[in-house]
Amino acid sequence: MPLAQEDIKRLREKAKDIRKTIVDITFTAGGGHIGGSLSQTDILVALYYKYLNIDPKKPRWEDRDRFILSKGHGGLGWAAILGEKGYFDKALLKNFNKTGSPFGMHLDMLKVPGCDASTGSLGHGLGIAVGLALGAKMSGRKYRTYCVMGDGELCEGSVWEAAIIGAFHKLDNLTAFVDRNNLMIDGPTEEITQLDNINDKFASFGWEVLRIDGHDFAAIGGAIEKAQTIKAKPTVVICDTVKGKCVDYMENDYKWHYGGLDSDMRDKALACIDNYYAKA
Amino acid sequence: MAEGMTWSIEEADKLTQAEVYGQVLTQLGEKDPKIIAMTADLAKSTKIGNFGQKFPERFINMGIAENSLFGVAAGLALAGYKPVVSTFAVFAALRSAEFVRTDICYQNLDVKIIATHAGISFGQAGSTHHCTEDIAVMRSFANMTVIVPADGIETGNAVAAAMDWPGPVYIRIGRGFEPPVNTTADYGFQIGKAVTMREGKDITLICCGVTVLQAARAAKILETQGLSVRIINMHTVKPIDKEVILKAVMETRRIVTIEEHNVLCGLGSAVAEVIVESGKACAFTKLGIPDQYVIVGYPEDLYNHYKIDADGIVEAVSALMGREIEEDENWDDET
Repeated sequence: MPLAQEDIKRLREKAKDIRKTIVDITFTAGGGHIGGSLSQTDILVALYYKYLNIDPKKPRWEDRDRFILSKGHGGLGWAAILGEKGYFDKALLKNFNKTGSPFGMHLDMLKVPGCDASTGSLGHGLGIAVGLALGAKMSGRKYRTYCVMGDGELCEGSVWEAAIIGAFHKLDNLTAFVDRNNLMIDGPTEEITQLDNINDKFASFGWEVLRIDGHDFAAIGGAIEKAQTIKAKPTVVICDTVKGKCVDYMENDYKWHYGGLDSDMRDKALACIDNYYAKA
Repeated sequence: MAEGMTWSIEEADKLTQAEVYGQVLTQLGEKDPKIIAMTADLAKSTKIGNFGQKFPERFINMGIAENSLFGVAAGLALAGYKPVVSTFAVFAALRSAEFVRTDICYQNLDVKIIATHAGISFGQAGSTHHCTEDIAVMRSFANMTVIVPADGIETGNAVAAAMDWPGPVYIRIGRGFEPPVNTTADYGFQIGKAVTMREGKDITLICCGVTVLQAARAAKILETQGLSVRIINMHTVKPIDKEVILKAVMETRRIVTIEEHNVLCGLGSAVAEVIVESGKACAFTKLGIPDQYVIVGYPEDLYNHYKIDADGIVEAVSALMGREIEEDENWDDET
């Protein structure tokens, strides 16, 4: 069932709050992976506030849906959501990146409730997600596994190993997303290497492929719901996104893969986010 | 021998290390439905395929994809299963090192790795298939337990014990074909506890894996020369049995380590770390593969070439016995 207008409105409000929290954490932490955290936000918000079958009070509940953030550097944006959902006291986020904090830039499943796998080394998440989805099939559990990858990490061969095995085992309980923001640390993906034809690549590996605007909740919701109906193969949703989304001076600038904010920059960023959501 | 094991010494005598483990794992699988066997196109070579024949629904062959082999194993462990993963040591410890370290050890997951064709057991295959670095790599991973069984019987014991041992375990075995050292399976194998195979007071040989047999042979020769030789089978390289090492330092004052691994960072280094930290000096020699790539050859020839066979050990012991060391009874003047 397509997302209702009130759902979309609610998700937009959440996304706005999360983006502001991302800016705040980046400011207090003294730096962070803000660009990619902002590009992935709408995908994660749709999952966490609409689709994931989870209970923050029972983070290890066996039948919960699993979420793997393969682009672990988006941990800042993920932590903002987990805190808001109530997995832990949001006040802890003030210590992000600080010595002794449970939060490093890349979240640790042994330290952060709600984190289903420690990620950050690129090219690992899809394999773990395939294992989780395979485990559900083997045990007859009904949970679904979701995995968000960065586009740059598609250079890793292990992604394609996992793609082969996921299709081979007909993992229709697995949905992967590619946060296709076109930028890697060193510059545009197409200048560093060649990632175009992502759709064809995944399709040829036996995956159902959907391509959407990764900032359009109706499209994100539609893709997630469509993936739930696909039988006998995993689905990948290629999400066209903007790195640094909503903050005008960061958008589409690879330098904002990682950065720090002074108070002026923070204020400007927060104002940009308000402006974006003030528009219809 | 673990409860419920049905393989006998007579069988183990005739079976390779890998064949024993394939058999033991299959028996364990009957008792524990959480065990999933996994490999990357080496079901036959590693013998983990035995499990797959009995439990096809709990057997996953990844194809030739070692990195995802360990990534998927991590996912299955997170889903509540107990994956047992088998491939050649060179792929498990080197190609996939970061996946083992990050996906499995960092998260302290219950994944057991049985790496075959380790050391120079696949000597004829050439350097791409030799693996004289895996003990070094694996013992440097926090949370990882490293076991190097001496023969098929000990492999069976190690595999059974690993299933009840929390967290990741790396079991290093050869290609097979090694003669057994143990004459019974019921000798009290415990992870982390070395087996003193022979008491002695003049010198201690600390060994693991295939070198245990060579040490036993060397001890017989040395005995005819009037030496009393202690043999310690250090089957668990990590966590290492410090107590047995320090006892050997105090009581024999001369130690030789023997391993089928680069002399850097393996068993010998682990033993040396314990000795040095104790502050009790002793005469010490590490035997193993020098810091270079191994020549092609049959394992037995290579053991001889690199002087980790009985003759090599005898030669090293003779040299060490000739070295002057302080041998008074008073350790208090040493720091």
